[in-house]
Amino acid sequence: MIAVRLQAEPFDCAAETTALTAGRADVGAVVSFVGLCRDEGGRLAALELEHYPGMAEAEIGRIAGEAAARWPILDLVVVHRFGKIPVGEPIVLVAATSSHRGAAFAATEFLMDFLKTRAPFWKREHGRDGRAGDWVAASDADDAAAARWRG
Amino acid sequence: MKLVYFAWVRERIGLPEEEVEPPAEVITGRDLLAWLAGRGDNYAHALERPEVIRIARDRVHVAAAAPIAGAREVALFPPMTGG
Repeated sequence: MIAVRLQAEPFDCAAETTALTAGRADVGAVVSFVGLCRDEGGRLAALELEHYPGMAEAEIGRIAGEAAARWPILDLVVVHRFGKIPVGEPIVLVAATSSHRGAAFAATEFLMDFLKTRAPFWKREHGRDGRAGDWVAASDADDAAAARWRG
Repeated sequence: MKLVYFAWVRERIGLPEEEVEPPAEVITGRDLLAWLAGRGDNYAHALERPEVIRIARDRVHVAAAAPIAGAREVALFPPMTGG
């Protein structure tokens, strides 16, 4: 089962992964990744995430579907926040369960790599001086990370 | 056709969305960018580097060379920075 949620509110990482394994006897592995808002050496107070409401959920669903077709995943959950996110708070969660660890590790990393480059979200910096700053530039390293799965 | 804009494309154009009727010679996404860039300084500024602009047709990513004629909604936006 694939679940994709977009929300403005914070989420509880532990509760999300607990829900994936509660009452299950077939799960041998759970892998989760949480992306947090960092302060870039004390410079930032928050990130503001703009998204394309009609497309973001659908695109993440397509990427998750690709992951589930590629590896024997039991469940996959993606939670992505939008709006203003203070430093230290989670932005994104990807968690996958599988019988053996390899599939859950691979699917989680694949999802993050493609989510970075294909999910329609854009980050803008908010500095500690209270002013809205620049849009974050896309990273060549993220493009390279996604490209290696196409080999 | 409804056009929607995001992030700095939206800010530079000065609109989140608009309805347009491109001329018949606008076939591909690349054609659309060139036509829009001629509509005013704000469009020219937003689209001055057309090679970095990403295009979605009816909420699915498409290449700049793909046709957009007949689309209900075309989105133009910078490279994505989520996650």
